[in-house]
Amino acid sequence: MLKDHVRIMSALSASGEIVGRKKLQKMIYIAKKLSFPFQEKFQFHFYGPYSEELTLRVEELFNLGFIEEVKEKKGGYYQYRYKITENGEEFLHLYETEMPFLKECLTSMNEQNARYLELVSTVLYFDNLPKAEVIEKINKVKAKQRYTEEEINQAYEYIEELKKIAKPN
Amino acid sequence: MEYSKQKLSEEKVFKDPVHRYVHVSDQVIWDLIGTKEFQRLRRIRQLGTTYFTFHGAEHSRFNHSLGVYEIVRRIIDDVFDGRSEWNDDERLLSLCAALLHDLGHGPFSHSFEKVFTLDHEEFTQQIIVGNTEVNAILRKVEPDFPKKVAEVIAKTYENKLVISLISSQLDADRMDYLLRDAYFTGVSYGHFDMERLLRVMRPREDQVVFKYSGMHAVEDYIMSRYQMYWQVYFHPVTRSSEVILTKILHRAKSLHEEYYSFKHHPIHFYSLFEDEMTLEDYLKLDESVILYYFQMWQEEDDPILKDLCTRFMNRNLFKYVEFDPAKQFKVHSQLEKLFTRAGIDPNYYLVVDSSSDLPYDFYRPGEEEERLPIYLLMANGELRELSRESDIVDAISGKRRTDHKLYYPKDFIYDDSNQSEVIQQIRSILEGLK
Repeated sequence: MLKDHVRIMSALSASGEIVGRKKLQKMIYIAKKLSFPFQEKFQFHFYGPYSEELTLRVEELFNLGFIEEVKEKKGGYYQYRYKITENGEEFLHLYETEMPFLKECLTSMNEQNARYLELVSTVLYFDNLPKAEVIEKINKVKAKQRYTEEEINQAYEYIEELKKIAKPN
Repeated sequence: MEYSKQKLSEEKVFKDPVHRYVHVSDQVIWDLIGTKEFQRLRRIRQLGTTYFTFHGAEHSRFNHSLGVYEIVRRIIDDVFDGRSEWNDDERLLSLCAALLHDLGHGPFSHSFEKVFTLDHEEFTQQIIVGNTEVNAILRKVEPDFPKKVAEVIAKTYENKLVISLISSQLDADRMDYLLRDAYFTGVSYGHFDMERLLRVMRPREDQVVFKYSGMHAVEDYIMSRYQMYWQVYFHPVTRSSEVILTKILHRAKSLHEEYYSFKHHPIHFYSLFEDEMTLEDYLKLDESVILYYFQMWQEEDDPILKDLCTRFMNRNLFKYVEFDPAKQFKVHSQLEKLFTRAGIDPNYYLVVDSSSDLPYDFYRPGEEEERLPIYLLMANGELRELSRESDIVDAISGKRRTDHKLYYPKDFIYDDSNQSEVIQQIRSILEGLK
């Protein structure tokens, strides 16, 4: 039951707390691209890959009392914090499916900021293109974020690092 | 004259129940409509299985695609024309992307995509850049024109304003499907004043914005979207038919994996079952093909496939009870065991369906840069996010309603000839959930 919800809960449980909806979206997208079995469908939006299905699932989990959502004002905008509740842990305990090395990958991603994860997820979104084209694409579709070539190179290295964490052998 | 600028000797019109007329004067658009890939959309219903609930909902993705094209044409030719923020060189690209945005939809897309992990958007891309009639026409415009059209539809094109015409929180796609779906289902709540919305639209660098004076028309559109989701798209009877459809596909796939010998071999499904779907195979699929198999599978020996197909073809759908997974997950687990003891496979006959299984989107204020919100253009030139100005929109974009239902075959459970203890227990639990 609710297998797709359970995977999202596993991700939150493994991450401890995720600060920011944008960060949550990018972390799940990157994990999906690393072949973890998340089923949510992502599309490219103004701020990179985004899944309406994931947003709805998170809302459902909040309404069910399985996750906690804290809204806080930060400067001129709002930010949301997410973590799993006790009820959520109980449910997860009954239905959890094992996803080896997910925790390690998410912990690493959770240490990065949302802007950087937006870049990493965008690079992954265009992973069917050669690197030179990806750089050109990022400069066009993400012109306002002003990512430097160094940051893009770092993103490529970070993706390789994550792949090794996800599949150490 | 360049192909991209060629006009038909006489404007063609399609009679349309929503927009009255769809006007075509560009040769490229006329040629695209005539391709076999576009004509295929006539054989794919816009609303999948909704016709089981609203019998009028037989309209196709062909109708909708022409409608989206017509709205974009009106925006460009009647509203944006002459405005400095709009580059008219993007006109043909925008019209082609509007017309072709749903080209990769398959039969009963939502269920097929879930079961076979397909993505219609990937097929849209493949049809546009692959070896197809559509591609041949687009290439005649200029060699990289197919790529540009594909990028607009994939939302990765550099001109965000062009993308926002077809894909944003208030775009031609949504405007057409809300009005069209309301018309064909016969419901009264999907209507809004599109003419007014078009009049207050203004092009900006990254997206279309709306003059503050048109806020009430925007509110009306948001309310329509909200109502249509709960009253039409997420109707529990339609969801029941989707549940059965999904289970048919799961069963057929599982039988294939078990080397079951079908009386009617699912030739069109083989590449789906084996995850080797080519574009050529995909384009052969439409709803007529799928319904043919469902019709024939009513005569299969496998009792589950036979039963599910018979239910689907004759609209003998599953019944449902409201279900709260947080409070009742132990009940679900108990029911699973009882169903198995009663000889009713819970994998096919006991299904929890959630609102997130059908993600028609609600309005989102984009508080954390998840997606761009709708902006109102104030008299002083400032842009303000819609829900900050509109109490109505603020109210429905706050805490969100979600929904879960438990579907089951009532006729199996309430069969008078079966009064066994296990069936009595199932009845008692289900009664308790009502």
